[in-house]
Amino acid sequence: MFTAIKRVVKAGFVNFTRGGIISWAAILVVTITLSTITAIILLQAVLHFSLNQIKDKVDVTIYFTVGAPEDKILSLKSSLDRLPEVEKISYISSAEALRLFRERHKGDYPTIQALDEIKENPLGAYLNVKAKEVSQYESIANFLKGDNTLVQGTTSIIDKVNYHQNKTVINRLNNIINGAQKLGFLITLILVVTSVIITFNTIRLTIFISKEEIGVMRLVGASKMRVSGPSMVEGAIYGIISTIFTLLIFWPLSYYLGRNMTSFLGLNIYDYYISNLLQISLIVLLSGVLLGVISSVIAIRKYLNK
Amino acid sequence: MALDDVTLTIPAGEFVSIVGHSGAGKTTLIKMILADDTPTEGTVFFESTNVFKLNNKELTKLRRRIGVVFQDFKLLLNKTAYENISFAMEAVGKTSEEIESDVPHVLELVDLGHKKDHFPGEMSGGEQQRLAIARAIINQPELIIADEPTGNLDAINTYEIVQILKKINDLGTTVVLTTHNRGIIDMVGKRVITMEKGKVIKDDKDGKYSI
Repeated sequence: MFTAIKRVVKAGFVNFTRGGIISWAAILVVTITLSTITAIILLQAVLHFSLNQIKDKVDVTIYFTVGAPEDKILSLKSSLDRLPEVEKISYISSAEALRLFRERHKGDYPTIQALDEIKENPLGAYLNVKAKEVSQYESIANFLKGDNTLVQGTTSIIDKVNYHQNKTVINRLNNIINGAQKLGFLITLILVVTSVIITFNTIRLTIFISKEEIGVMRLVGASKMRVSGPSMVEGAIYGIISTIFTLLIFWPLSYYLGRNMTSFLGLNIYDYYISNLLQISLIVLLSGVLLGVISSVIAIRKYLNK
Repeated sequence: MALDDVTLTIPAGEFVSIVGHSGAGKTTLIKMILADDTPTEGTVFFESTNVFKLNNKELTKLRRRIGVVFQDFKLLLNKTAYENISFAMEAVGKTSEEIESDVPHVLELVDLGHKKDHFPGEMSGGEQQRLAIARAIINQPELIIADEPTGNLDAINTYEIVQILKKINDLGTTVVLTTHNRGIIDMVGKRVITMEKGKVIKDDKDGKYSI
């Protein structure tokens, strides 16, 4: 058994080196496929990062009436905290709101002066609510409108909820995010399927060239494994060498993008590539080896049953 | 129809020549012995085994007991002379020690010891055919089938090939040879089966070429 495996692996290596230009053509095609996959991984990272940044900018603020009792606000906060949709909720007291207002308008002398004229704090407290998903703001807003026991007695202290003003913007943003994700997935799928088909056909071509040999091997009495094994090893070699090439290509490429495109993309591709190198390498290696081996198995099967 | 109502028995140890024009059905007959082609009617027995009833694995095992030499050699072109033979030994599960001791020996037998690292493309037709014979006999098969083995060779190489086949037969291996070369038949001087249009028209114990 061990000898058989050793012979198959050795034959795979020998076939690979003797394959010459055909082996390198196969490597080129597999490298292109793996580069597509790597590019998609990086692109998805940029897309994900940008969408998250946009999502992060969306929130809903619940403004309370001036002088609303703090314990009621805090009890509303804790009931909101229990909602599964809520990711983060922060309470800004009216004193804090005033401080923030002053800070924001510190160069705006007339406004500050007007504020000083009033003497007392005109600002109410507010809760800043962040949902896990953009689409969940609607249900949070509905929850506040509702008359369920959790919010009973607190609705009267709510001055306004800015969701209703921002509703259209939030909905539109939500649609854009969903659309972008679906489009990204679709493009990924098309690119991956296309390159897999091209790779499969190239490997099939390398096996088609040796179909006579396969027939002869069978005639000599070689088992199916002995005939197809070396091709599988060869497929795996294509995958491994292509992985190395792909990772080498993306090193300077991501460095260039990191240096020149970070402000545009919002994400430093080079940092992302380096910090996720292990995962990316594994994904690319696994894709490459599986692609090579599976293509070989499928391609050779046709000539084996003779 | 390539073969029509053919019935014949080849005893172990015999040297049988099958002659006939192109299209007489010689190659089809051989393909049927190897179960490479299935008949619409009838069957082939190797000893007591019906070759058409064998599954893939059993068929592989049967083929290991038969050495085949083809007109177009059917060598593995991307393997050296040495590897072509060692591959056939690996196929039947011989150990590396057996391979290392037997391959040089059989290459010497067919006078190719000096070409062991050459690829088939770097060898002459006669050398390639001798290599094919070496491969066919390396696993000591019970039957050697040579389908027009000299079809692509000149007179000197043809003579050499026939001598090798006769030597193999003298050592006890059954040989089935197809040819349309009169000289070969006269040289061998053993049983001759003559075929025409898919039928056996003559079966001489001590045959001469007669078409």
